[in-house]
Amino acid sequence: MLAFTIRRFGQSLFVLVVMSFLVFIGVYAIGNPIELLVNPQADEIERARATAALGLDKPILEQYGTFLARGAQGDLGRSFVFNVPAIQLILDRLPATLELALAAMVIAIALGIPLGLLAGLRPHSFAGRAIMAGSILGFSLPTFWVGLVLIMFFSVHLGWLPPNGRGETVALFGVQVSFLTWDGLKHLAMPALNLALFKLSLLIRLTRASTREAVLQDYVKYARAKGLGPRRVIGVHVLKNILIPIVTVIGLELGSVIAFAIITESIFAWPGTGKLLIDSINQLDRPVIVAYLLVIVTIFIAINFVVDVLYSVLDPRVRLGAAAAH
Amino acid sequence: MGVLADDDTTPAPAAAAPVESPWRRFASEFAESRLALLGLAMLVAIIALALAAPWVSPQNPYDLAQLDVMDSKLAPGERSSTTGKPYWLGTDDQGRDMLSGIFYGIRISLFVGVTSTVIALAIGLAMGLAAAYFGGKVDAVIMRIADIQLSFPSILIALVLLAMLGQGVGKIIVALVTVQWAYYARTVRSSAMVERQKEYIEAAQVLALSRPRIVFRHLLPNCLPPLIVVATVQVAHAIQLEAALSFLGLGLPITEPSIGLLISNGFQYLLSGKYWISFYPGLALLATIVAINLVADQLRDILNPRLKK
Repeated sequence: MLAFTIRRFGQSLFVLVVMSFLVFIGVYAIGNPIELLVNPQADEIERARATAALGLDKPILEQYGTFLARGAQGDLGRSFVFNVPAIQLILDRLPATLELALAAMVIAIALGIPLGLLAGLRPHSFAGRAIMAGSILGFSLPTFWVGLVLIMFFSVHLGWLPPNGRGETVALFGVQVSFLTWDGLKHLAMPALNLALFKLSLLIRLTRASTREAVLQDYVKYARAKGLGPRRVIGVHVLKNILIPIVTVIGLELGSVIAFAIITESIFAWPGTGKLLIDSINQLDRPVIVAYLLVIVTIFIAINFVVDVLYSVLDPRVRLGAAAAH
Repeated sequence: MGVLADDDTTPAPAAAAPVESPWRRFASEFAESRLALLGLAMLVAIIALALAAPWVSPQNPYDLAQLDVMDSKLAPGERSSTTGKPYWLGTDDQGRDMLSGIFYGIRISLFVGVTSTVIALAIGLAMGLAAAYFGGKVDAVIMRIADIQLSFPSILIALVLLAMLGQGVGKIIVALVTVQWAYYARTVRSSAMVERQKEYIEAAQVLALSRPRIVFRHLLPNCLPPLIVVATVQVAHAIQLEAALSFLGLGLPITEPSIGLLISNGFQYLLSGKYWISFYPGLALLATIVAINLVADQLRDILNPRLKK
């Protein structure tokens, strides 16, 4: 178990270094930020001074070396636009993104698993078909368009919910959160629902598919033959067995929710990291783009690592398989 | 070769009961779901409209000379101030007829979605077959790259790529191919690994058929069913992704708006109640994606042997 964890950790670290290189080289290829930052009337000398001040005159590999050395100390450079450390800019906005992502995930789980179970147990009933049709719709609805329709209906037409911003926040363990105030909750409702829709459909389909396969298995037949009630067969035998893939997917989707929050944040002007990324791309604010991507990549790798380790705890075959392969 | 024909066109023995051809059985299984048939009908209609866009659209939305700024932001059904012709779905801020914009936009969206899927499919197929057939180092390297890539959401990879590449149809196709190939590679590899163990491959090897023949005539056709399902779903996914990227301002240029860009364009007028600029293109996008997903869903159910009784 320990050997598996250590090996997996080493892999994660390797991926992180590779990704940091790709991200750095990739972002370096985007335009020339000097054009945007220096007064268009500035002469060559001034431009050269600005380039040197930002360290952009050095060879790219040297810049990457400096970047790595500083990055290891938690310094990912200063934002060209805001002139504050990029990492601070990201961390300031991360709570808003995480709150949105978690709220969306909670909505998706609380609705998705029960609905998927129902649709999987009675695939040919009216409810089962209606849930599946709904999930196809949820899968097909373009997220950003749903956001617009929500604003159109709840903000413009009914005037119930505010179309943008985070609303009133309160500090919870030193982090500003929206969901504890009524105003904040009203601001959170639409973006969270918007972001949840896709994952909700995904969870419904996943739960339904696993349930349909599970109820055909021998252990379910055996449990029924033993005379167990349907509640116990479904609640214990079926649910327990379908939960492993579902938990894995939930873990992995958490990262994807953070990434897809980019769209939702842009629509609802939610002051999170995704909106910051789009703004930074438009302004060629390289350090912020790099810092955002590295923070996201780190979160992803961490989630994958935790899910893999958890999986090997839940299902010993994974661990043994990995050990046998080496 | 000789005795053992490697295709199934040989007539069945006369004693056997009349057998349905695989295509006919496939068609009748597909038709079992009325929802899937509806999806197929919608899809055919949408593709026909997209192909016929230049002939059925009231105006050419990309030709600025045909746009009349006097007609900007007209509500659905209002008439043009110059020609008196009605704009059934209204106009956008440049006086572009939304109906024409939607027909042309769907054309671009479908083109981008299908092209990127086909290219990604070809690359993924080659990579997956190579990984399964050669095994060892080749397999490890290809699958490791695919795994790492798949552990990041497609939108993030596409976003970063487009930030580097800039706007344009070709560029968005590059981005979409990059985010898609790994799905196919993985699907092909896993089915090829299973198929490789089966007796017909052994039989082909015993017959001393050439390696390319075994891979392309025997292994490949049997790996196709799961791939068809993935590809259908991926077309819808690619179209959605393109629309989202265009909405964020990173996809296609404003001169040739795709559906995503039309929606994005109308966003700024939404709060003042001019809903139609964003609403109808979104509805068209939704119809396209629903149609594809309905068809894909039924294909998946037909082609999944685990659900067969």
